[in-house]
Amino acid sequence: MTAANSSNVVLDINNLVVGLGRKADAHRIIDDLSLQVREGETLCLVGESGSGKSVTSLTVMGLQQKGTLVPSGGSIKLVGEDLLGASDRRLRQLRATRMAMIFQEPMTALNPVVPVGRQIDEVLRAHTNLDARARRQKILAMMEHVRLPDVQRIFSSYPHRLSGGQRQRIMIAMALVLEPKLLIADEPTTALDVTTQKQILTLMRDLQRDHGTAVLFITHDMGVVAEIADRVAVMRHGRLVETGPLDDVLRAPKMEYTRNLLSSVPSLVPRAARPETTEPVVLEANELGKVYRERSMFGKAREVAAAQNVTLTLRKGRTLGIVGESGSGKSTVARCIVRLIDPTSGGVRLVGREISNLSRRLLQPHRQKIQIVFQDPYRSLNPRVTVGESIAEGPINYGMPRKDALARARELLELVHLPPDAISRYPHQFSGGQRQRIAIARALALDPDVLVADEAVSALDVSVQAQVLDLLDEIQKRLGIALLFITHDLRVAAQICDDVAVMQHGRVVEQGPAAEVLTNPQQAYTRALLDAAPGRGWDFANFRPVSEGIVATA
Amino acid sequence: MAIDTLPESSIPVTRPFRLKFGFLTATPIIAVATICLVLIILMAIFAPLLAPHDPLLLTPAQRLKPSSAQFLLGTDAYGRDVLSRIIYGSRISLLIGLGAAVCSIALGLLIGLVSGFFRWVDAVMMRVMDGLMAIPAILLAIAVVSLSGASIWTVMIAITIPEIPRVARLVRSVVLTAREEPYVEAAISVGSSLPKIMWRHLMPNTIAPLIVQGTYVCASAILTEAILSFLGAGISPETPTWGNIMAEGRAYFQVKPSLIFWPGLLLSIAILSVNLIGDAARDALDPRMKQREGK
Repeated sequence: MTAANSSNVVLDINNLVVGLGRKADAHRIIDDLSLQVREGETLCLVGESGSGKSVTSLTVMGLQQKGTLVPSGGSIKLVGEDLLGASDRRLRQLRATRMAMIFQEPMTALNPVVPVGRQIDEVLRAHTNLDARARRQKILAMMEHVRLPDVQRIFSSYPHRLSGGQRQRIMIAMALVLEPKLLIADEPTTALDVTTQKQILTLMRDLQRDHGTAVLFITHDMGVVAEIADRVAVMRHGRLVETGPLDDVLRAPKMEYTRNLLSSVPSLVPRAARPETTEPVVLEANELGKVYRERSMFGKAREVAAAQNVTLTLRKGRTLGIVGESGSGKSTVARCIVRLIDPTSGGVRLVGREISNLSRRLLQPHRQKIQIVFQDPYRSLNPRVTVGESIAEGPINYGMPRKDALARARELLELVHLPPDAISRYPHQFSGGQRQRIAIARALALDPDVLVADEAVSALDVSVQAQVLDLLDEIQKRLGIALLFITHDLRVAAQICDDVAVMQHGRVVEQGPAAEVLTNPQQAYTRALLDAAPGRGWDFANFRPVSEGIVATA
Repeated sequence: MAIDTLPESSIPVTRPFRLKFGFLTATPIIAVATICLVLIILMAIFAPLLAPHDPLLLTPAQRLKPSSAQFLLGTDAYGRDVLSRIIYGSRISLLIGLGAAVCSIALGLLIGLVSGFFRWVDAVMMRVMDGLMAIPAILLAIAVVSLSGASIWTVMIAITIPEIPRVARLVRSVVLTAREEPYVEAAISVGSSLPKIMWRHLMPNTIAPLIVQGTYVCASAILTEAILSFLGAGISPETPTWGNIMAEGRAYFQVKPSLIFWPGLLLSIAILSVNLIGDAARDALDPRMKQREGK
C-alpha cells in the first residue's frame, strides 16, 4: 500500500472485538475484524444473518445496545479520530457531520408524525448555524439532488404519503445533507422492489462519484454487491473471511465459504427446460378476480381490484411461478386459490372439481388436496405447539388416529431432512431454514396434489434458500406434486419454474415457459423487471460474467 | 437479512411461555406485596382458628369498648369483637374478589373469542358491551342487588357483570391481531375446525393479558364489594365484611374512629398488594417491558 493510498483512508477498523456483555469470556459477536474504507470507495460487507455485519455498522456509529454489545478490543478510526474512546457528545457531533447511516426500513427510520422536510431540517438545526431560509434552500436542493420530484410538495409531506423508494431517497438526503465523509448503508434496498432498488443503487453510485464519500454498504444480496461494490468483505460468525476487489472475489474466491456462498446464488439464466408432459391438469384458475370494496355510508363505494382475469394452468409434477413486485396481486391469487380469501369472480378447478363457489363446509374435503407454505417461518408455526403436533394437526383433522398421525409426522421430518426427535420440540428451538422445512412437512402431511409456496424462500439466507429449493425439487420428483411458486425473485423463479406468469397491477402481463419469458421477454414490464435484477451480468455460481459463459459454451 | 437466526448454542431448550413465579420477588416492594397478600389469604383460610371470639356474638354489656386484653381492637356498637369481625370479613372480600375475577374472565373470554372471530357476532356483542360500559359499575351493581336480593352470590354476580366488557374487549383485540398470524391461516388450510382453531391457536395468546387483567378485576371487585356494603346495598349487615364494619362504624366515627381505620387499612393493603402483583405480572409477561428495563 502506498503512502498516498493510506492517507485517504476514511474508516479504519483494526482488530475489533465486540462481546456479548462485559465479561472477559463473553461470546464474541465480532472477533478480530479489520477493515478499511477509502475516500470515494464502496466497500460491500457481505454475510448471512448472524454474521455480525449489522453489529459492525452500529458499533462504528456508536449505536450498539449499550451494556449488551461491548467493544472490548481493537480500534475504530474515522479520518484518524478514535471512535471507541469518543464521548457520547463527540459521537453525536460526528454523526451526520462526518458519518451518516441509512437503514433497511425507511418507514420505521422516519418519524411518522413530522413532515419529512422538517426531519431533514432537524439535522441542519442541530449541526449548523444557517437561518431558516438558507436551511430550506439547502434541503430543497438536496432533495432535488436525490432526484425527488415536486420537492416543494414532498418537503411538507408526511412519510406515509411517500412511496418506499421516495422514503429511502429522503433518508439518503438526510444522511448526505452535511456531506459526511462516511456513509453506512445497512441493507438500504432490501425492502424495496427491484425496479426501485435499481434506481436507488444508481443514485447512490452517482452521489458517491460527485462527493467522494466513502461508503460501507451492508448487504446479503450478491447481486447488489456486483452492482455497487469496489471492494468486497465477506463475514461469517463475526470474523472476516475474505476481502478483495470485486472482480477478484467474484472470479476467484480464495476461501471455501465464499465459494459456497457464491455457488448458492441462483442463476438468472433459466435451468434447462424439462420435457413437456401430458400429465393431467391438477389446478386451473379461470379469469380469477378479487375486488376489495371499501364500504361507505354515503356516496359510492371505492373498489380496488387486487387481481383481475388471472388464468393459470398447472399440471401434475410441474412448477408454475408467479412473479411480480409488491402489490402486483401475486399473493392475492395464491390466497384465493387456497381459499384463505374468497375470490369475487372467476373459478378455481382443483383436480377437476370447481372449488371457488363451495361453502366452508363443502370445501372441507377438498382442502387437503392443496396446501400452502408461507413466507415468514417465524410466524407460520404456532410457538406454543410442538412441531409434531403442528404437522399432525392436518391428518388428525381428516380422521387419522393421533398415534398414526404422529408416526407420519416422524416420517415427514425425515423426508425434509430433520431429525425425527424434532417432533417433541418447539418451533423456537429451530433456525429459520429448519422451520421452513417443518412448514413444508406440515403441508405435505395431507398428501396434497398442489403445494403453493408463497415467497417460501424469500426470508432465508442464500445458502439455506438453496437447500430449501433443492428439497422442494427432490420432493416434487419423489411425490409428483405440482408446485405453485410465488416469488419476487427472478433468480429463484429461473431455477425452479417450468412456466412463469408475470403479474403487474393485479393482471398477468406475460405468461409462458420460463426459458422463453426470462430470456426473451415480449412485454415491456417483464423486460424492465429483468433489467432491474441486480447483478444480472454475473453468473455467480460459475464465477464469471454471463457474457463470458455464453462465449464459452458457444 | 431481515430475520436473524440465533447461534445454535444460545437456543434455550425450554418450553415457551411457561409462567414463572420468579417475578413475585423481582423487587422489594413486590415481595412485600406478595407477603401481605399471602398473610391475608392465610388469615381468611384459618379465620376460625385465629379469631378470638365469635364474630356474630352480641354482648350488649360491652358496647364500644376500647382495646383491651380481651378485645384487642375493642368492640362495636353491639358489643361484637372487632378483630374477629375483621378476620372473618377477609373471607368475604377475597371470595368475592376471586369469584368475580374468575367469572368475568370466563365469560369475557368466551364473548371476546367469538366476537373476535365472527364479524356479525362482533357487531352485536360489542354494542351490548358498549352499552354495559356506559352504565356506572356501582349503579349497575346496586340495581342488580336490589332486584334479586342481597346474598354473597348476587353480590358477586352484580360485581362481575360490569367487569365483563373490559375483559371481552381485551380478548377481542388480542384475537383480532392473532387471527392474522400465518399459523392461524395454516391451521385453516390444513382443515382445522373453527372451535379447534380458537381453542388451540387463538386462546393461548390471551392467557398472559388475562392473568394481568384478572388481578385488576380482583382488586376492583374487593373495592366494589366494600362500597356496596358501605352503602347498605351489599350483603346483610350482620355478616362481617370490611365494608359492613366500616358502614356501621360511620355512625360512631367520633367516638371510635378505629372502627373505620382497621378494616379500611386492611382493604387498602389487600387492593394495593393485588394491583402491585398485577403490575409485576404484566412486566414479567410482556417482553417489551423487559426490554425497557434492560436499557
